[in-house]
Amino acid sequence: MSKPIELTIDGRKVVAEEGETILKAAKKNGIYVPTLCYLEGVSSFGGCRLCMVEIKGSPRLFASCITPVAEGMEVLTDSERLRRYRKWAVELLLAERPHVCSVCVANGSCELQQLATELGVDHLRVDREWTDYEVDLTHERFAYDPNRCILCTRCIRVCDEVEGVHTLDLMLRGKNSKVVFDLDENWGFSQSCTSCGKCSAACPVGALYVKGKPLSEVKKKDLVSFIMERRSGK
Amino acid sequence: MKPDELRGLAQKEQEARKSYRFRINVCCSSGCMPFGALRVLTAFRDAVREFKVEEECYVARTGCIGTCSLAPAVLVEPGDYLYQNVTPERAREIVKEHIVNGRPVKSMLYGNEAFFKKQLRVVLRNTGKIDPLRIEDYIAVGGYYALLKALTRMTPQGVIEEVALSGLKGRGGAGFLTGLKWRYVARAPGSPKYVIANLDEGDPGVFANRTLAEADPHAILEGMAIAAYAVGSQKGYIYVRSEYPLAVQTLKKAIEAAKSMGFLGENIFETSFSFDVELRLGAGAFVAGEETAILASIEGRRAMPRPRPPYPAQSGLWGKPTLVNNVETLANVPVILLKGSEWFSSIGSKNCTGTKCFSLTGKVNNPGLIEVPMGITLREVVFEIGGGVPPGRRFKAVQVGGPSGGFLPEQLLDLPIDYESLTKAGAIMGSGGIVVLDDTSCMVDTAKFFTEFCVDESCGKCTPCRAGLHKLFKILDGFTRGEGSVEDLSKVEDLCEFIKEASLCGLGQTAPNPTLTTLRYFRDEYVAHVMDKRCPAGKCFRSGGGGGVE
Amino acid sequence: MAKVRLATVWLSGCSGCHMSFLDQDEKVLELAEKIELVYSPIADVKDFPENVDVTLVEGAVGNEEQLELLKRIRRNTRILVALGDCAVNGNVTALRNSLRNSDEEVLKRAYVENASINQAAPKQVPRLLKRVLALNEVVNVDAYVPGCPPSAELINQVLNDLLEGRTPVLEGRFKYG
Repeated sequence: MSKPIELTIDGRKVVAEEGETILKAAKKNGIYVPTLCYLEGVSSFGGCRLCMVEIKGSPRLFASCITPVAEGMEVLTDSERLRRYRKWAVELLLAERPHVCSVCVANGSCELQQLATELGVDHLRVDREWTDYEVDLTHERFAYDPNRCILCTRCIRVCDEVEGVHTLDLMLRGKNSKVVFDLDENWGFSQSCTSCGKCSAACPVGALYVKGKPLSEVKKKDLVSFIMERRSGK
Repeated sequence: MKPDELRGLAQKEQEARKSYRFRINVCCSSGCMPFGALRVLTAFRDAVREFKVEEECYVARTGCIGTCSLAPAVLVEPGDYLYQNVTPERAREIVKEHIVNGRPVKSMLYGNEAFFKKQLRVVLRNTGKIDPLRIEDYIAVGGYYALLKALTRMTPQGVIEEVALSGLKGRGGAGFLTGLKWRYVARAPGSPKYVIANLDEGDPGVFANRTLAEADPHAILEGMAIAAYAVGSQKGYIYVRSEYPLAVQTLKKAIEAAKSMGFLGENIFETSFSFDVELRLGAGAFVAGEETAILASIEGRRAMPRPRPPYPAQSGLWGKPTLVNNVETLANVPVILLKGSEWFSSIGSKNCTGTKCFSLTGKVNNPGLIEVPMGITLREVVFEIGGGVPPGRRFKAVQVGGPSGGFLPEQLLDLPIDYESLTKAGAIMGSGGIVVLDDTSCMVDTAKFFTEFCVDESCGKCTPCRAGLHKLFKILDGFTRGEGSVEDLSKVEDLCEFIKEASLCGLGQTAPNPTLTTLRYFRDEYVAHVMDKRCPAGKCFRSGGGGGVE
Repeated sequence: MAKVRLATVWLSGCSGCHMSFLDQDEKVLELAEKIELVYSPIADVKDFPENVDVTLVEGAVGNEEQLELLKRIRRNTRILVALGDCAVNGNVTALRNSLRNSDEEVLKRAYVENASINQAAPKQVPRLLKRVLALNEVVNVDAYVPGCPPSAELINQVLNDLLEGRTPVLEGRFKYG
């Protein structure tokens, strides 16, 4: 058993294990921190910036999903500044590609949509991009619409770390980044994909989905943590 | 190699150097090569033979002398006569007049004394004066003595102490105390440990690291070996851009030479210390110079930064403690060990010791590679070393720190160059780029240009940098085409603040600097664009654009 | 107390937001006590009037007529409310923005490719814009009520907020789509 670490989160004294992340310590103590690219059971990415927290003594902001706890640390998970920045993050994600909830399979079970509601992103201050990526319907069971992808890389990490295949990865960089199968192959022709469907279960939005099934049935955010827990024999 | 052998070799080389009355150094760095430096070199060698002065005049192929705009440049010793724009014909004339007749050719001499007057060359101590491809040249000027000293007369802790006392800060831009970083790596549990020399200089218009590697590669290798000894590492990597072919070539040869002489490899100087260096070539992404992205790239993965902590000192390459230092930082180390931390900390200002290399470019009369003591003012750099803006033009702004450096106006020119002052003013030390702008530049357009660079170079991992910068670019682009209103200016500031504070790595955190500083110091230009739909510099609205919404 | 002059406008949208507005059921009657409906697709007024207190705008800006109308609305309105996803961010109406030359292509698809008789794009209607715009890409918007459509309850709450001089806070109360 690793040694216990004492810290305060939002003024509350909490005890965490050494090496644990701030996010985990907060969750265990019932303190809510918004997340998006974070997925229990796979490695942390730290890209979406939703889970940022303030740590007393540093002007910087820290992604709580990846920053380990430290003795005596004073964490703030909510502040005017954090709320302002989280709003920007959701707003920019919504504006980055044509997220049209009313025609999306994920409508009603989408984490980005939920965050917009929660954080009060009731409009966008920046112009929207209307990308025209081709929708990949070549797989017999699954579909991939890059126009709805938020580049959280959950699917990539699940495919690599849980299924152990690494069919998915990123192509290009910056705003042109795109999740691709193998070397940008159509999904249906991927040689490495095992059609396990974990990527669709992990996708927080409607980018990866099972054909002909409502997303409320497909989305199993806990699937990955469940698998990993069973594997570790807990 | 045994310690005595090094001394013997150095002595022999020094005597050989002394036996020549003249030494002609022909710059064959990336700056001079395209202008026919190799033909000039051949011409000098031919001329020396033709006039039968081979015995008294040595012609050397060297690295950069600094005056890159006057390529090819040639330095004749003794007396440091600097010839500019040398052609093969002029080379013959120089040999005939200067070497044979003892009359320097005044018409071809570089006329600007001021360019060198305020400079102080510590890192660039050997550039332009030694042949980078001859390890003996480096040994002759005291090369590998610092390594010898460290290995035979100092403990690793002693080396770290000395570097810490010197006050040396990371020259890659962030300015972290080098000694402290070394101490962290030395103390970190885990083995093996790695040393990485960062030579991924991706900024447009910046060429200081490249020049150093092309002109004095052994200074980097020696610095690395000393660092490795200090932190307890046996394996080092130099991460270099593949866009620097000459630097890659030079380093490759330098590593080979150092290995064959025994400065790298097993049991260096017959001690128990072993250290090996490998080159790793980058694939041309600006972000790969970020220290955690380097780790990913060397491991063979996509060069994407990851959040810190954990810092590379705790968990770096393959999860092992890793020291990542810029090559300029490393090149400082041998000098510090030889001359002492006290000497080093006497240079520069109190909180910022030593010197810094800058690539001075833009609308300035004497562009080139310079090295100045910290604490020198921007005015001295721009107007004395750089000779000011071209005749008939007015100085407008100077950008310090590469594409994500801020623009500073005339009234801030008396700012001393050090990490703190620059950051406070909205600029950064960055990779050491100084770009001078005159009144023909539009600040809105310039901010847009550098934002676009960062949009292209964002790795795409975090939302603020990937999506935020792109939106910022589009808003700025709108300004230059007559879109936008005064309210948009505060929106831009708000967005910039988000990108700056919420981005994952240094690229995103500094990318809004050009926009923020131009908004701070040249707000009237923005107002002219969005309110009067007018560009004071006459750059924008040219394509007949404008017109608001479609 | 003078009644609040309310207008509702239908730009490029499906009219679902107006349906939702009417779905307030008996609460419409309560509302009617406090407002005077000065312009609306459900009231026969030809020109957008002056001196309007609150205007609810449904739909995105898709053609030149709507662009002009929206600018006029802004000039004549104190509080302009974007009603529904199309007005807020373009929504379905703006999906054509992903197509190249969408202003011509959508007409071609509807009136030429899929028509069995009179295969020609209409000429006597306002020209489509190159790109469909959300309201705030054209004018300043004072309040946003997202949803496709926004629920009758939300519309009612926002209206009451505005009528009573409160700034509506939508955090946690709305849903895109």
